[in-house]
Amino acid sequence: MRETLSRSFRTLQIDTRLLGMIAALLIVWVVFDLLTDGRFLTPRNLFNLSVQTASVAVMATGMVFIIVTRHIDLSVGALLGFIGMTIGWLQVQVLPDLLGIGHPAIWIITVFVGALIGAAVGAVQGYVIGYLAVPAFIVTLGGLLVWRGAAWWVTSGQTVAPLDSTFTLLGGGAEGTLGATWSWLLAAVCSLAAVVLLFLSRKRKSDHGFTVKPFIADIVLAGLFVAVIFGFTAVMNAYAIPARAAARMFEARGETMPEGLVLAHGIAIPVIIVLVVATVMTVIAKRTRFGRYVFATGGNPDAAELAGVNTKLLTVKVFALMGFLTAIAAVIASARLRSAANDLGTLDELRVIAAAVIGGTALSGGIGTIYGAILGAVVMQSLQSGMAMVGVDAPLQSIVVGVVLVLAVLADIIYRRRTGD
Amino acid sequence: MTTQASHSGQTPLVEMEDIHIAFGGVKAVDGVDVDLYPGEVVGLLGHNGAGKSTLIKTLSGAYRRDSGSIRINGQEVAIENPRDARRHNIETIYQTLALADNLDAASNIFLGRELVSTGGFLDDDRMEAETRKIMNRLNPNFEKFSAPVKALSGGQRQSVAIARAIYFDARVLIMDEPTAALGPQETAQVAELIKQLKSDGIGIFLISHDIHDVFDLADRVSVMKNGQLVGSARTEDVTKDEVLGMIILGKCPPGATPGPGALDGDS
Repeated sequence: MRETLSRSFRTLQIDTRLLGMIAALLIVWVVFDLLTDGRFLTPRNLFNLSVQTASVAVMATGMVFIIVTRHIDLSVGALLGFIGMTIGWLQVQVLPDLLGIGHPAIWIITVFVGALIGAAVGAVQGYVIGYLAVPAFIVTLGGLLVWRGAAWWVTSGQTVAPLDSTFTLLGGGAEGTLGATWSWLLAAVCSLAAVVLLFLSRKRKSDHGFTVKPFIADIVLAGLFVAVIFGFTAVMNAYAIPARAAARMFEARGETMPEGLVLAHGIAIPVIIVLVVATVMTVIAKRTRFGRYVFATGGNPDAAELAGVNTKLLTVKVFALMGFLTAIAAVIASARLRSAANDLGTLDELRVIAAAVIGGTALSGGIGTIYGAILGAVVMQSLQSGMAMVGVDAPLQSIVVGVVLVLAVLADIIYRRRTGD
Repeated sequence: MTTQASHSGQTPLVEMEDIHIAFGGVKAVDGVDVDLYPGEVVGLLGHNGAGKSTLIKTLSGAYRRDSGSIRINGQEVAIENPRDARRHNIETIYQTLALADNLDAASNIFLGRELVSTGGFLDDDRMEAETRKIMNRLNPNFEKFSAPVKALSGGQRQSVAIARAIYFDARVLIMDEPTAALGPQETAQVAELIKQLKSDGIGIFLISHDIHDVFDLADRVSVMKNGQLVGSARTEDVTKDEVLGMIILGKCPPGATPGPGALDGDS
């Protein structure tokens, strides 16, 4: 049985580590579902889980590149706080006076400014690490203190609220979702893209005369993709917006809600942001020179240097990218809370690093995947919200998360030793 | 001079003249001259720490020389980094092989010179196809095209490093201790390859601390000691023992052209 199972996985050529991670996630889910008498695996909770994971997931994709190049970034949580505060300050105290409250450009300007700050801060930290050769641990530890302090300074510690109403859609409240129809449409487009890409790649390989996996394997794989995409969409669409909130949405538009109408949440906007970030980051990792050099440098910095890679400049770019993604995460996090407080993102650096590491990123460098980091973020968030649901005391929660982190890395090390890669 | 008589009228492929490089106060390479002609194998010999690897790294771009000049086909060139060297078709097979262990053979062979499709994205399939072609020539038993090179044997890793050096039309090939980590059969394969490349008109610097690796393959040897050139000789004009004397004692035999590092007289 085990033999045939492992053989069929081999025919499918699915990464067995990926399967292990998915299995671990499913176990976590089922256990919490049993402990909460079926309250964990509900559309409502899974929807909340998807929104809560988004900010850490976005940063985790960048942390993969950082760790792959043998660095670390401890400043992301604090930088998230600083960018969130700056965005909030601009939206509440600066731009309304210049443009008027609710001006449609406000959210665009603030997102743009946030992204710029993130990339610039990352580039500066990357410069100190790459060109001045100060260890990343120290530079970003300094950054943690600097940006947390700076976050306080923006408004002398005052929380800023309420944020621009268009901007808060990016945080995925009841209104910040696609709704049922658009969610189905998105699912269809994603499925089509996945299937087309799969078979294009198959065709390219066979055109070069490489042996491709059996046709049936690709069919099964394509079927799996489509099933997962539509399954996720169905769950998100099964979570109805509460009648009163839906009525308010119609009122805001000057309409009245038809009797008996049930509106579905659908896929949340932050989840779409994660999807886009994950796709772009995967393309960068797999299909661009920059991504290839990131992994080559992580595997053997001297070899990369001898092959003509400017590893110092690469470090600047990798940290700038991390800063940019931190800004996107700051947008999601502050939009979700509809306010910006100076403790926004506290301890996020540890969640992000844990997500990347649980997702199979090796701290020794050279190894890591984007999808792994996102799965890792989902595992971390599932543990946390699951334990909160069960009613585990907060101190015990962090003990459990800490132990799980170490065990996950241990399991990964044992796996690598067994398989020899 | 005997060494130049055989190449009279021909422009050397590589001339390195009066190369100096120091680390801190240590003169690792102290005024060394070497040259290399097309289709020639020059063995660069010396103890560990004699400066031969350092000297050659100024040619491959890994180190920057403090002073001295490098001419390729008679033209003075500036080699500041590995990219410059590659642009002059100087390829290096490092002793460590300089492979990124986490990447597959194709990614290593094309590292820094990736094939891209329209739109600038990596064309991994074409790189793999090219890799299959060249590996077929170098090492027909090679099959692990999608495994990271960490999973390969020493000989297979060596052939990946060699493939990377010769795929891009190398004119000058630098091999740093090419057979140090290989078994007898693989060593013979490397020797065979060197003869083949030589007949293609490629000039080869063969660096080794072990004279037995080099003597039969090289047309000439240059021996270094303490950062200086002891001397150069055509292998047909000297015996192995005499070259050994150059390496160990810095004593230049009658068949060799002495350099600044040669012992004076018989002291």
